Amino acid sequence: MMLSGWGRFPRQECRTSRPRDEAELRAALAQGGAIARGNGRSYGDSALSPRNTVDMRGWSRMLDFEPDTGRLVAEAGVVLGDVVAAFLPRGWFPSVTPGTKFVTLGGMIAADVHGKNHHRDGSFGAFVDWIDVMGPDGEVTRCSRDESPDLFHWTLGGMGLTGVILRAAFRLRRVESAWIRQTMVPAPGLDAAIDAMEAARDSTYSVAWIDCLSRGEALGRSLVMLGEHAAWDDLDRTRRDAPFVIPERRRLRVPMDLPSVVLGGASLRAFNALYYRNGARKRGESLVDWDGFFYPLDAIHDWNRIYGRRGFAQFQCVLPLDASRHGMRALLRAISDAGTGSFLAVLKRLGPGGAGMSFPMEGYTLALDFPVTEANLRLLDGLDRIVLDHGGRFYLAKDSRMTRATLRRADPRADLFQRLRQELRMTPSFASAQSERLGL
Amino acid sequence: MTRPAVLILGGRSDIGLAIARRFAADGHPIQLAARDAAGLEADRRDIELRHRVAVSLHDFDVLDTGSHAALLDGLPALPGIAVCVVGLMGEQAESERDPLAAARVMRSNYEGPALILAELANRFEARGSGTLVGVSSVAGERGRRKNYVYGSAKAGFTAFLSGLRNRLAGKGVHVVTVLPGFVATRMTAGMDLPAKLTAAPEEVAASVERAVARARDVVYVRPVWALVMGIIRAIPESRFKRMDI
Repeated sequence: MMLSGWGRFPRQECRTSRPRDEAELRAALAQGGAIARGNGRSYGDSALSPRNTVDMRGWSRMLDFEPDTGRLVAEAGVVLGDVVAAFLPRGWFPSVTPGTKFVTLGGMIAADVHGKNHHRDGSFGAFVDWIDVMGPDGEVTRCSRDESPDLFHWTLGGMGLTGVILRAAFRLRRVESAWIRQTMVPAPGLDAAIDAMEAARDSTYSVAWIDCLSRGEALGRSLVMLGEHAAWDDLDRTRRDAPFVIPERRRLRVPMDLPSVVLGGASLRAFNALYYRNGARKRGESLVDWDGFFYPLDAIHDWNRIYGRRGFAQFQCVLPLDASRHGMRALLRAISDAGTGSFLAVLKRLGPGGAGMSFPMEGYTLALDFPVTEANLRLLDGLDRIVLDHGGRFYLAKDSRMTRATLRRADPRADLFQRLRQELRMTPSFASAQSERLGL
Repeated sequence: MTRPAVLILGGRSDIGLAIARRFAADGHPIQLAARDAAGLEADRRDIELRHRVAVSLHDFDVLDTGSHAALLDGLPALPGIAVCVVGLMGEQAESERDPLAAARVMRSNYEGPALILAELANRFEARGSGTLVGVSSVAGERGRRKNYVYGSAKAGFTAFLSGLRNRLAGKGVHVVTVLPGFVATRMTAGMDLPAKLTAAPEEVAASVERAVARARDVVYVRPVWALVMGIIRAIPESRFKRMDI
């Protein structure tokens, strides 16, 4: 079956299976070279294995919930949006959520996803109590901070390369409503954006939409969005009656691959400028619902088609705190000079890093999309160099084109991970197109 | 408002579980009846956690017709809606060779499902309300060389449902016949099915729920199947017998 990640680049013919239970999964793993795949929301080739891609979407049962602690036990294929649908009406919300609710639990653990509260709460892994992993011999190991801690440590952020995640226990957080008190702070340039996020270290959520095509004084101008879960007291009378009910969202769908002129430099620059001006007018506080605050792009189904048939590459790096201003300026200048990039670029403050190959480190992360063209692939290589010069690293869940050498220069943990995988015979049992490309 | 309980006969199948989830999402308590029901514990928990309805498990062997009455006696309450998705495709070649294998296909698709619904029908009739849903098959609309043992049993089941509907009309009990075409399930995994004619289990579930709500009599899950089967039925037997479809 022809498969790709969310970026639709690269595409590969993959042998797939869809095991129903542990016995079927064991049989599938016996073929070797296996990678588990959930909802296909990683952007590149993390969940592709031409030899043996294991579709885990059938493992989608919720198994247990403790109403005292908010701990949910679920199978790896459970989709985050289903968790919200089931538990938000009961006053619980995921402790950490990425920018789409269409990810699976297994994928969130494998990528150790972070959210808008990373600077305060850490990544998803911080809220995972234990994980059941099927190893190379088909044995299932329950790992946690106390039992098999090494396996636990490297499975978080391990991109599925330590075994197949079967089920896990993770903690939700209590909320009093489905609403977020959002504060919008327009920042006319990069320094102002970073200042605003540094000043907002106590906010539960903070993220900035950044105009990646602005130049000169306006380089890096951003709309910084801060958020807090609204308490019941914060709601008006009508909302208090049903604090967990939000209006139905209008759903849009991208019906076909858009021709590349639609997202050419001129229209992109105009769109970004307009978006900034519009947002700046909405400065200050407002009440927004969870779906719009956390998952703005989920309302547009198949938005990955707007970049045309060749797909797109997402670029996400993090720079250490002391190199962030200088490094981000260099990255933005390179992007703006090239006149390419995406209509949605994100800048965010991250807190200290966590487990194994987990992406975050204390500093600033920048994420944006590029349509796949020769010129853009060259630009991306240039951006890689800027990141390396500033001591930064890259998010494997987004990567589709980095080289083995770049990864090793960015991340000394890569060699460690590769050795560990060999010692524990995880290679060649588990492999993805990405792990082969990066030599993991 | 409490919703009537829904009994799923064949609660382990992909279609059965999809139907259970669909009704549970709408607030109906669920009764899952299947062989080795204890093995459905994880599914029971899942439906309860997601939808906050009561889900009970019941051992049920459709071929053990002597135990049908006891199964119904053991339910927490007589359900308001009962859906029978039990079926066994079997291997046509094996059914041709081995009378026991053929009998198993016939009994699993006709005798067993018809008798459990008959038992339910009497109880629903006595109560004066309820909906019975039989998931039959388009394979029952004309016998074909590739699966006529299975098809003939489904034909019997379809005729049974039709007669039951006729008998209970005006007695407060409604009977729905559901005719899925191809469905992508464990039973059909690995078969090369045409995408336009193949439904997901969730589609079958949606069409069951709709048919119950609107008190429809006979529904094709994908409307294109009505057309396909109309054409297949219209072919004269003298031609049909030489065709390979």
